[in-house]
Amino acid sequence: MIVQTVLFYIFSLAAVGAGAAVVAARNPVHSVLFLILAFFNTAALFVLIGAEFLAMILVIVYVGAVAVLFLFVVMMLDIDFRELRSGFVRYLPIGAFVGMILLAELIFIAVSWAVPVTIVGAVAPAGATAISNTRALGDILYTRYLFAFQAAGLILLVAMIGAIVLTLRRRADTRKQSIATQIARTRAQSVEVVKVPVGEKV
Amino acid sequence: MAIGLAHYLTVGAILFTLGVFGIFLNRKNVIIILMSIELMLLAVNINLVAFSVFRGDLIGQAFAMFVLTVAAAEAAIGLAILVVYFRNRGTIRVEDINMMKG
Repeated sequence: MIVQTVLFYIFSLAAVGAGAAVVAARNPVHSVLFLILAFFNTAALFVLIGAEFLAMILVIVYVGAVAVLFLFVVMMLDIDFRELRSGFVRYLPIGAFVGMILLAELIFIAVSWAVPVTIVGAVAPAGATAISNTRALGDILYTRYLFAFQAAGLILLVAMIGAIVLTLRRRADTRKQSIATQIARTRAQSVEVVKVPVGEKV
Repeated sequence: MAIGLAHYLTVGAILFTLGVFGIFLNRKNVIIILMSIELMLLAVNINLVAFSVFRGDLIGQAFAMFVLTVAAAEAAIGLAILVVYFRNRGTIRVEDINMMKG
């Protein structure tokens, strides 16, 4: 138990520190790397609490896909990030003010919320029935929430098509191979025999 | 001292607030704003998973998976819009995005 407590504090402090570094880092590449660190620590928190499947999905989807996408875009766009950071200090007081109020309210709710005594400390659903977290999740995801699951797939399909449609560009100056035209060429169109008189130009 | 629901909710609250704070702080940089939104969705996921585990109900984790799906789709579309915008305008300043304003 004491090990879990210590690990919880290590992972949560690292996650919060990485989150703070995401918004405060000077270089956007560092921001992305800190975002990856925050995702990893949250995945560790999920493992600690007994949600292994979501932890692995978090690492695969967020670190493997979303964070790398961010990294690509940050490095691809040629932007002067110093210029974009102007106004950082100007918005600091109002941001800190709103953030402090929001944080205080959320923590008040979290600690003062009256949880029914019987439920606190309930075993994780996976441990209770002796089947793994992944299997239990699959059992409800592929039966009760099948249509929601398919809708999620549809959302991903729409996102994929949308991203391709948005970023695909047809440039007028690129030359493409036109196979039909190549095959339809005849000898008369492509070869011309010229008789060159001696001592004269063509 | 055992780790309870309130601990996880507090971590989620801090991460969510950091996301809001990041949007306030980096009002000119769309990339950091998108990353702040990702942080906020991560905080929501922490809350969903914590409630799911401590109340013994697996549906919260299923819902967290759907949140993750939407977050991935949102990141892809947002970054695609960003790339198109940069290609057209040569900048990603948020203040310049007012062409559709009446």
